[in-house]
Amino acid sequence: MNGVHDMGGMHGFGKVEPEPNEPPFHAPWEGRVLALQRAIRFTRAWNIDMSRDAQERLPAPIYLSSSYYQRWELGMERNALEQELIGADELAAGHALRPGKPLPRMTKDDLASAFTRGSFFRPAPTAARFRPGDRVRAKNINPTSHTRLPRYVRGRVGVVEALRGCHVFPDSAAVGRGDDPQWLYTVVFDGRELWGAQADPSLKVSVEAFEPYLEPAR
Amino acid sequence: MAMSTHDHDDQHHGSELSEPQLRVRALETILTEKGYVDPAVLDLIVEHYETKTGPHVGARVIARAWVDPAFKASLLADATQAIGTLGLVSRVGDHLIAVENTPERHNMVVCTLCSCYPWDVLGLPPVWYKSAPYRSRAVMDPRGVLGDFGVTLPAQTEIRVWDSTAETRFMVLPARPAGTEGWSEERLASLVTRDCMIGTGLPRRPEEAAS
Repeated sequence: MNGVHDMGGMHGFGKVEPEPNEPPFHAPWEGRVLALQRAIRFTRAWNIDMSRDAQERLPAPIYLSSSYYQRWELGMERNALEQELIGADELAAGHALRPGKPLPRMTKDDLASAFTRGSFFRPAPTAARFRPGDRVRAKNINPTSHTRLPRYVRGRVGVVEALRGCHVFPDSAAVGRGDDPQWLYTVVFDGRELWGAQADPSLKVSVEAFEPYLEPAR
Repeated sequence: MAMSTHDHDDQHHGSELSEPQLRVRALETILTEKGYVDPAVLDLIVEHYETKTGPHVGARVIARAWVDPAFKASLLADATQAIGTLGLVSRVGDHLIAVENTPERHNMVVCTLCSCYPWDVLGLPPVWYKSAPYRSRAVMDPRGVLGDFGVTLPAQTEIRVWDSTAETRFMVLPARPAGTEGWSEERLASLVTRDCMIGTGLPRRPEEAAS
């Protein structure tokens, strides 16, 4: 969706402000949010793309005024409600009002899975359509659901630099339509193709683009 | 569905807690009471992120690449596999890609859509990496962003920005600082900062090394 989360190339957000000696968490609740997210994943009630999608569907003013872990928490509430793990009445009450669904719960023995990223490689249903060196155009698509094609490359021509294997397609997984595996490419764009003649001539930007996002370009 | 007394207490003193604190506590309470999560396991997860992860892992990887050309070649070919051989972490997630800075090219990593970051080797992402200023500007004005970090690069150096829009994750292999000939791997690792592995910084110079 064309949400405010798709920030590449926007103006007006100000300077980047590094924080010296930044702590892992700025408040204990941030750590709890991270831990909840890791632990709840074990129930398999929703996948990581559904988590991202839930955050992207937050109202724009909420998204922009919430911190990273606030967005995680708000997204988790939404996922838990939509997957019917909890009810809105329970959220309002701050307590469970009914027993939970029978889902696997992470124990201390399962902790390794909390700390290791899963693999998103999947067997390829077809041969890859593009090869390194091919010129491709990022399609002008504007889906209302989750996508990984940022607006700033849509309609722009780049060059395939690498084939990264066949992966879970987030656009499908985010809406519960399964893995729908797709080839993934690193596609490089010249800064001037993206930002016009005034762009820094030394700039090149790459995105990781799934095959359905791309079409051949001359 | 056990209710602890301090939860009841919160309802009387709720105005003293911030909104995120209240929401997180409510969500954790509900998910716990319904049997989906175990608070003792949550404690261990938090402890792991506070004490075990961090850019020290990535720094060891970079130092090894600086002293061992064969390791460097395998790192650039398949970072997940190469780092797995070092035994620094139990397992590195798939799809990790190392990109090398050269005199001709400087690499910088961003995730414009969310905040994807190579947690396995760098730990938790810093707030600035997840912030709107970085996510919006890195792909359009990376030299301006570098300026915010006090870094200036020659005008002819290609700036390559990697937008982490899929499950591939990127770490930058910076150039080994001059004047470090004969240094041990451990001493070299002390020059490797988190920011130089994201591409918003350069390694410390030998004279800046912690003594």
